[in-house]
Amino acid sequence: MAGGSVSPTPLLKDELDIVIPTIRNLDFLEMWRPFFQPYHLIIVQDGDPSKTIKVPEGFDYELYNRNDINRILGPKASCISFKDSACRCFGYMVSKKKYIYTIDDDCFVAKDPTGKDINALEQHIKNLLSPSTPFFFNTLYDPYRNGADFVRGYPFSLREGAPTAVSHGLWLNIPDYDAPTQLVKPLERNTRYVDAVLTIPKGTLFPMCGMNLAFNRELIGPAMYFGLMGDGQPIGRYDDMWAGWCTKVICDHLGLGVKTGLPYIYHSKASNPFVNLKKEYKGIFWQEECIPFFQNASLPKDCTSVQKCYLELAKQVKEKLGKVDDYFVKLADAMVTWIEAWDELNSSPSAAIPNGNAK
Amino acid sequence: MATVDGRNKCTGKLKFILSYTINKQILFQGMSVPRTLRAGKLNEKILQLFIATGKDEVLSFIRELNIHPVITPVLPTQMAQFSVKDEDVDIVIGAVQSDLTSFMNAWKPIISRFHLIIVKDPDLKEDLKVPEGFDVNIYTKADMDQVAGSALTSQLFSGFSCRYFGYLISKKKYVISIDDDCLPAKDDKGFQVDAVAQHLFNLAAPATPLFFNTLYDPYRKGADFVRGYPFSMREGVTCALSCGLWLNLADLDAPTQALKPEQRNSRYVDAVLTIPAKALMPMSGINIGFNREVLGPALFPGLKLAGEGKFRWETMEDVFGGMCAKVICDHLKIGVKTGLPYVWRQERGDAVQSLKKEWEGVKLMEEVIPFFQNVKLPVEAVTAEDCLVEISKQIKEKLGPLNDVFGQAADAMIQWVNLWRKAGSSSS
Repeated sequence: MAGGSVSPTPLLKDELDIVIPTIRNLDFLEMWRPFFQPYHLIIVQDGDPSKTIKVPEGFDYELYNRNDINRILGPKASCISFKDSACRCFGYMVSKKKYIYTIDDDCFVAKDPTGKDINALEQHIKNLLSPSTPFFFNTLYDPYRNGADFVRGYPFSLREGAPTAVSHGLWLNIPDYDAPTQLVKPLERNTRYVDAVLTIPKGTLFPMCGMNLAFNRELIGPAMYFGLMGDGQPIGRYDDMWAGWCTKVICDHLGLGVKTGLPYIYHSKASNPFVNLKKEYKGIFWQEECIPFFQNASLPKDCTSVQKCYLELAKQVKEKLGKVDDYFVKLADAMVTWIEAWDELNSSPSAAIPNGNAK
Repeated sequence: MATVDGRNKCTGKLKFILSYTINKQILFQGMSVPRTLRAGKLNEKILQLFIATGKDEVLSFIRELNIHPVITPVLPTQMAQFSVKDEDVDIVIGAVQSDLTSFMNAWKPIISRFHLIIVKDPDLKEDLKVPEGFDVNIYTKADMDQVAGSALTSQLFSGFSCRYFGYLISKKKYVISIDDDCLPAKDDKGFQVDAVAQHLFNLAAPATPLFFNTLYDPYRKGADFVRGYPFSMREGVTCALSCGLWLNLADLDAPTQALKPEQRNSRYVDAVLTIPAKALMPMSGINIGFNREVLGPALFPGLKLAGEGKFRWETMEDVFGGMCAKVICDHLKIGVKTGLPYVWRQERGDAVQSLKKEWEGVKLMEEVIPFFQNVKLPVEAVTAEDCLVEISKQIKEKLGPLNDVFGQAADAMIQWVNLWRKAGSSSS
């Protein structure tokens, strides 16, 4: 089962894009080279577009900065966040591939308990290519993994599972805590390697972290909008959360699965908790309203595509969350703009997109 | 928690951050940051820091979060003391084999300080062999007949179900039950797993069924709630049931094990997690712990297969009972955990032989899923007992027509509740 060598078989190398948002540099790619080099990278440069981001030699990539985003989307560029890693979803939109893997630039290769380097991408691909089991919980976790199976009592009619839309990976070292938790436990490190992949049951919401995330763009791409964050917005650090709630509701509606667990990456940079607190605190209140909204959201039967589901959600966001704060009215509009832009860029296979600086 | 070095590093870093972001008016020299950090609580000192910024937004944030410096924090969990007294625990062993010597000796270091209830399968002919050195009460067919009458005994308590008699007569708050063909397991570092201690920790710490935590149990040392986990849900709910797992022979059904005769479970997954509300799972009775006060009669010997035998492949009573228990827990807003602890399950029986018997259990499961996914309990049902009575009514109504087995299960559930009430085990 486990790939022995550091150079794994490039599974899906022509079907998967790696999307990386960055404002600093891409030195971290050196460590990932053995695993990433076969794949095409889409780099979304946040922040000052006049800065040049140096990409290590030997990678095949396209790079987009704010100017490119404005040029390509025109007025619709307003839905893409500025000065926030949420801008990464632009990369999802311009990709032409079936699968996306997105990773933060402070995430490195982790080691498993035997000391071996973990090929995170390979595990994500395994997760995406095998079914999920959202309709009934399997106590031995992912039954499709080598050495595991469905347990006694698991209905046979449900053993084919559902197509997997999302693979949510975890992080060793710096855990993904919110600001209050970081303040109280600044020294806590995640050292526990949990050797499991599991499907999040239908009807259950979860906090989706965008640091180490893969998904089937064909199945769920348009739902992966990372919202309005950063410059000029009242909130930050909720981009992936928002995408995760929308994505899960739509996956549940369309009968798709979301997995979480392996693979682990090594998260090296602890962000400043005071800065985080300023970004998050509105979100901490607002999420108390958002969670019941998403838990109770229901989509009509005629929403049979991701876009239709998403537009319906946007409508409901405006109606119900608009009362909480005007921000949600803006967000609902941006959600619609996002879908319009997505459809425009992805309407036909030959839709030509003016490229970023490609190599 | 923190080492000396860590403490100094942290002090230095925090001081820098504090001086950089907060007004110089704030005096923090006198403040003991290491102590604050070690305490793991957002206490007066840090609160004062924030308050001293004078920013409206920060102040209203603090008010809204309703931070109590001393009382159970709404904010991040710390490694609180989740402990259970020995005298609140019964360990119930259903003896399906007569010689328990090696089983009990293997578990001795772990269970000898607890009170044990051993219930002998009423169909077992041989005398029980139990080693010395335990605080144990043994119950046999005679005892069961006295409490329930011999007809009911044979209906409810034969085979693996003999353990339910133990649940019935126990007077303790917590019950741990392990199959008699299981031994203590070793963890991934080679240390012996104290399955009892782990079950008790699972039961004492809250469960989190309302929202999924991607770092699994937030109450374990070294873990917490992740970013995006709603604060209003961080207190969790009472954990009513702790379902453990098995190394070596996993709890697979006969067809699966027969197809993969060499497959053994060697993967030690170092996690405990709460099964989310509304999600159903197959509960295995092989290795469980539960809060008897809260769950009461919700674990019951209801579903008896026609060909039920003395191997786990030939039973379904725990799976069926477990689905009812989960529905009840969801309704009562209490939690079910799964994962650690592991036990080592020994080889016994032959899956192919079990396959030859009519494995009706597998077919039956198909019929019950839609029922359990849609069952609704009335608001007035506020105890496990009430819920069980209500579920049995619905089972009789909706599943009874599909198969006699269900009608019988529904009747058995009512008999069980009556026994429960008679034995004075009722929850008020």
